Formats: sequence, structure tokens, C-alpha cells
Amino acid sequence: MLKGGVIMDVVDADQAKIAEDAGACAVMALERVPADIRRDGGVARMSNPRMIKEIQDAVSIPVMAKVRIGHFVEAQVLQSLSIDFIDESEVLTPADETNHVDKFGFDAPFVCGATNLGEALRRIGEGAAMIRSKGEAGTGNVVEAVRHMREIVGGIKRLSTLSSTELPTAAKELQAPLELVRDVATRGWLPVPVFCAGGIATPADAALMMQLGAEGNFVGSGIFKSDDPERRAKAIVEATTHFNDADRIAAASEQLGEAMPGIEMAALGEDGRLAGRGW
Amino acid sequence: MAASPDAAGNQTDPSTDSSARSGAVRPRIGVLAVQGGFQRHVEHLREAGAEPVEVRLPAELEALDGLILPGGESTTITMGIEKAGLAKGILAHHQAGRPTLGTCAGMIVAGREHLGLIDITTKRNAFGRQLSSFEDDISVEGVVDGPIRAVFIRAPWVESTGEGVQVLAEVRGHPVAVRQGNVTALSFHPELTPDNRIHQWFKELCVA
Repeated sequence: MLKGGVIMDVVDADQAKIAEDAGACAVMALERVPADIRRDGGVARMSNPRMIKEIQDAVSIPVMAKVRIGHFVEAQVLQSLSIDFIDESEVLTPADETNHVDKFGFDAPFVCGATNLGEALRRIGEGAAMIRSKGEAGTGNVVEAVRHMREIVGGIKRLSTLSSTELPTAAKELQAPLELVRDVATRGWLPVPVFCAGGIATPADAALMMQLGAEGNFVGSGIFKSDDPERRAKAIVEATTHFNDADRIAAASEQLGEAMPGIEMAALGEDGRLAGRGW
Repeated sequence: MAASPDAAGNQTDPSTDSSARSGAVRPRIGVLAVQGGFQRHVEHLREAGAEPVEVRLPAELEALDGLILPGGESTTITMGIEKAGLAKGILAHHQAGRPTLGTCAGMIVAGREHLGLIDITTKRNAFGRQLSSFEDDISVEGVVDGPIRAVFIRAPWVESTGEGVQVLAEVRGHPVAVRQGNVTALSFHPELTPDNRIHQWFKELCVA
């Protein structure tokens, strides 16, 4: 079952093997990692099915792939490939500026990005089986992921302090279904796993997100855009598992070579931000 | 999410000690927490009246009354065990005759191809990929009375069993629950349904 651990972006079967051997609990098959999508510009779409199949054949861990927001036919195609998880992702260019995919219409489970609790609950209301923070993919800068994780976890904490009388108004403010708001207030957590994504570049970043409440991490450009992907992949897995153990995180962080180059948020400008995609 | 449970339950306060002997026994049951669905096992154990211990390091395997190897990705879990040096401690736990329960990926990890706690070989993702996940009402002989809802997610089945391995349940002609001595292995996820009977049963086994 997909819970805990590290999900790594890979662009071919060789990278998928490296990820599996490093202890990834799943891989995300895509043609370009977010850092390259950012650099290349243009319209980013679902990956070529042949490349996804090659990756499925290469590893025994689950394989995920991305569809554009609202592009339900890309989702149908991935489902026909027996993909294990569909990521309806803001990293690709949105196909629908109003609606997300109706995820209840699919048997394959979906993961969706969120920047705050309301957005997370809207996605779950559409049928998402897993939520991840959006962060700011392809930047190697963890600041947005931290903001989103704090928003989500803080939002849950606030809900659980409210009385039942106050929940309908909270639902209105969150723009989220009341039934889900009630459920989260009672349970003190989302009904689905919450992972972190978007900007993790170092073992310490991975452990930071776990200590902030993430149940696992997605690492995109951070691994295969670094000097020594194999070692970095292992180190990030280690730090995600032993996230409270500073000695182990320190040991894992030694001799990693250079992390991917980072981008300061101010340098992106409003247009360069992917996290604003999705509604 | 936080660190492993604190040591409060272990302190030998004479009052709790005597209450323990008078029947209110709360066994310490470890849940391997290197990857996968360990959190729900922890909650189920607590509800069943056991003291759960998240196991990430060898020291956390000491003096456990029972151990659960949870579901997750068996490749990832096997590597995590190796990386953290946990195999020796798990074998010592097993050789001391203390109960172990493996669920889903934990069944694979307990089998002959990995830790060898139980004489079975398994087939990974035997029922298919994520899309072929399913639920079924099954009876698990000698563990729970009556049917139990079993959740199979990318589940393995038992491919072959050695001597002395008892098959407790089958689905589609393949064993999905087996037992040998103090080791029980299930293809499905008993922690994902509200039904707590399997954790109750395991807790009793750890008290005995």
C-alpha cells in the first residue's frame, strides 16, 4: 500500500531502476522533470504511453504518471495502461481552467496537489485518494512546500477546535463540502494520505516536511538534477524514514555532491509559478 | 507521525506492575515503521489494548511481546531493514518464540526469500496492479469467528508452502493466510477496516 516513503520522478527505465534500488516506494513516469519543463516552456502534456510501459516493465514498485488538470481523456489513457496512480498535476499545462477531472468516474486512484485545506478538500470531494502539497516544482526551493504543508496542517488543527455549530460557516469559508469538513474536524486529519511535493532537494528538506506532518515525500528534479542521483536518492529515503533522527540525517547528508541549483521565489515572477494552477 | 511512543509504559512502577499481573495485561507490540501503512496498525493495536512501539532502529526491537511487519512496498521495506540493521533483531525476536504477524508486503518480507521467518514463497502483486485491488469476505480459520472483510491492494499470494505451514484462508485457489508456529502471514490489510478482531487475536497471542 502506498503510504510513507519517497516517490521519485523518473524519465526512463534506467532512472526508474536507480530509484527502485535506492528504496523509492513508487516512481512518477514523466518525459521531463519539472526543472526542464520550466526551462523549456511550451505546453507540457501527459507522457508517451510507450515510455510509461517501459518503466512499468522495468520496476516492481507502483508507477504513477501525470495528466493535465481537467484532461479526463489523458486520465482514461493512463487507466487503460493499468497505471497505479494518476497525478492530476499543475506541473503540466492545465487543459481546463474551471473544472478538475471527476475522479469518481475512474477505478485508478488519483493524487492531486493542494496549497491549503480548502483546496485539498475540494480535490477529495472530487474523488482524490491522496493529497500532496504543490510546493513550487522544479525550483529546488522548499519554501512553498513548507507554506502549503503548514496551511493544510494548520487548517486541520483549526477545524478540530470548532463546535459543530461553527462547521457550516467554516465549510463556506474553505469552499469545501460540509460533509468532508465534519469528517476532518472529527478525525483530526484528512481521510486520505498527505504527502509533500515541490522543491525538496536535500535529505534535511525531506525530514523537515515529515516533521511538519507529511506522510511521505515526492521528489522530482531534486534527485536526477543533482551531481550524484544514486546516493542522493538513498539519502533522501533514509531521511524520510528516520526523520526525527538528526544523527542519521547528518550521516546521510555527507558526500552527496552538489544539490540541484535552486531558484529564489522572487525570481520566478507571478507567471513562473505553477502552484497557482488548479481551482 | 511523531516519534515512537515514549517509555512511560515500560517503567516498572510497582502499582502498574501488580495490575498487569492481575489480568490487565498490555503487551508491547512492535510495528516495523521503515515504510508503509504502519500508522493504522499502531491505532488498531492501541484500540485492542496493546502498547504499540514504532520500530525504526535495532534497540526498539528489544523486549517486545510481538511484532507486526506491515504492508507497504516490499522492495522498499527490505532495503529499509537492511539499511537500519534490523534483520538480526527481528530474527532474535522470532527465535525467542515471540509472535510475528506479516500483512501484505509484510507477508513477502517474512517469507523464505527474505527474512525466512515462515517457510513460504510468495508471488508479488499476484492479483494484479493497483487497478485490480479488491475486497472480499473471507474466513480465516482459527483466527476469527465468522467472515472478515479483507482488503487486497496489489496483494501477494502464497506460491508454495513448506512442511508445517498451515493454510488458514484461500482466495481464487491461492492461500492468502498462513501460519507456522508463532508466525502468521496475511495477504490482505486487516488494519484498513474498522473490524479489530485480528489485532485482538494477535494481542491475545502475545499475552499468552
